[in-house]
Amino acid sequence: MIISVASGKGGTGKTTVATNLAYSLKEKVQLLDCDVEAPNSHLFLNPEIEKKHLVNASVPKVDQAKCSLCKKCMDICRYGAIAVLGKTVMTFENLCHSCGGCFQVCPENAIVEKNRTLGTVESGHVNGISFIHGRLNIGQVMVPPIIREVRTFEKKNMVNIIDAPPGTSCPVIASVNHADVVLLVTEPTPFGLHDLKLAVKTVQALNVPHGLVINRVGIGDSAVEAFAKEHHLPVLMKIPFDKQIALVYSKGLLIAKELPEYKEKFIQLYKKTKELATKGN
Amino acid sequence: MKIAVSSTGKDLDAAMDPRFGRASYILIIDSVTLEYEVIDNSKNKEAFKGAGIQTAALICEKGARALLTGFCGPNAFKGLDAAGVKVANDVHGTIKDAVSQFNKGNLVYADKANAEAHWV
Repeated sequence: MIISVASGKGGTGKTTVATNLAYSLKEKVQLLDCDVEAPNSHLFLNPEIEKKHLVNASVPKVDQAKCSLCKKCMDICRYGAIAVLGKTVMTFENLCHSCGGCFQVCPENAIVEKNRTLGTVESGHVNGISFIHGRLNIGQVMVPPIIREVRTFEKKNMVNIIDAPPGTSCPVIASVNHADVVLLVTEPTPFGLHDLKLAVKTVQALNVPHGLVINRVGIGDSAVEAFAKEHHLPVLMKIPFDKQIALVYSKGLLIAKELPEYKEKFIQLYKKTKELATKGN
Repeated sequence: MKIAVSSTGKDLDAAMDPRFGRASYILIIDSVTLEYEVIDNSKNKEAFKGAGIQTAALICEKGARALLTGFCGPNAFKGLDAAGVKVANDVHGTIKDAVSQFNKGNLVYADKANAEAHWV
């Protein structure tokens, strides 16, 4: 099973939910941190990293001698990553999405593939949990290929918990698509609700069952709960706005370990999540 | 010599558009006769990405040897530089003023971009 933990708004508690859920389950679990621009699950789980490999993408390299300046490559590129300028063809690697279109359309076979490194994927273990995360290299912007690489580690016979990035753009789609269920972590504030609405639309478009985890209950207002009720979104867990939780978090520790009553609450969350994955919204 | 100027309008009295890649119009002007061609740049103005590069390719295709604009980013500059098109940044006023500054030799040509790339 694949459980993706997403949010819309950043800082609502995705990593808290993902890591504590992974820690609490007795099932075989692996945690995949897909927030490759700022991975932080490792700070709470402290896994031993055993393997590391680079994630590359192919970009075009033009043999100017063979090029007839026909501009077919430039016309097919939606990202402006290859352009005929005067008598030369230039490539802009940071804009390239590695779709391969330019290789296909070049009538002179003047374009060859060249690799460039986008980031790394690291994997290891901690207390029986398999751990995988991706890291985008500084200066790079192409995130989804690294997320897809992290997700190649997903295993059918395990509970795969994905810590997704915030927002609703390409990296989130790459982290949520084809999951069995999505947990949307939100907070009861106007900002939390605003981004929750966007996140709900996103997962609905992807047709993935989804439920809410409301964090920091006690602040803000009741608009998130009213929204959930109106749209028949199940609220699977509520985490209170509590000084103890904040203290544990600030030390990089797990609430399910330090505050034992939470371990049972995360087990209950898993049960409800599993049920939701089976029967849908 | 043909020069390209980023413009907010379709004639020589129009104000320059400080943006290059997403300028509303590009005027390709003969610096001697002041005859000009108006290029509607709306396709690049609305481009998802790579507006500067596409607009650079466009002015190269039109045979411009110099560009007068406000801000030219690194991707567009790299392309224009490779194609041998000189770039004068921070040029203000009407198109007519800009061409007159060019003809008097008052413009300084850039050796690097003067704006950050968007998206990257």
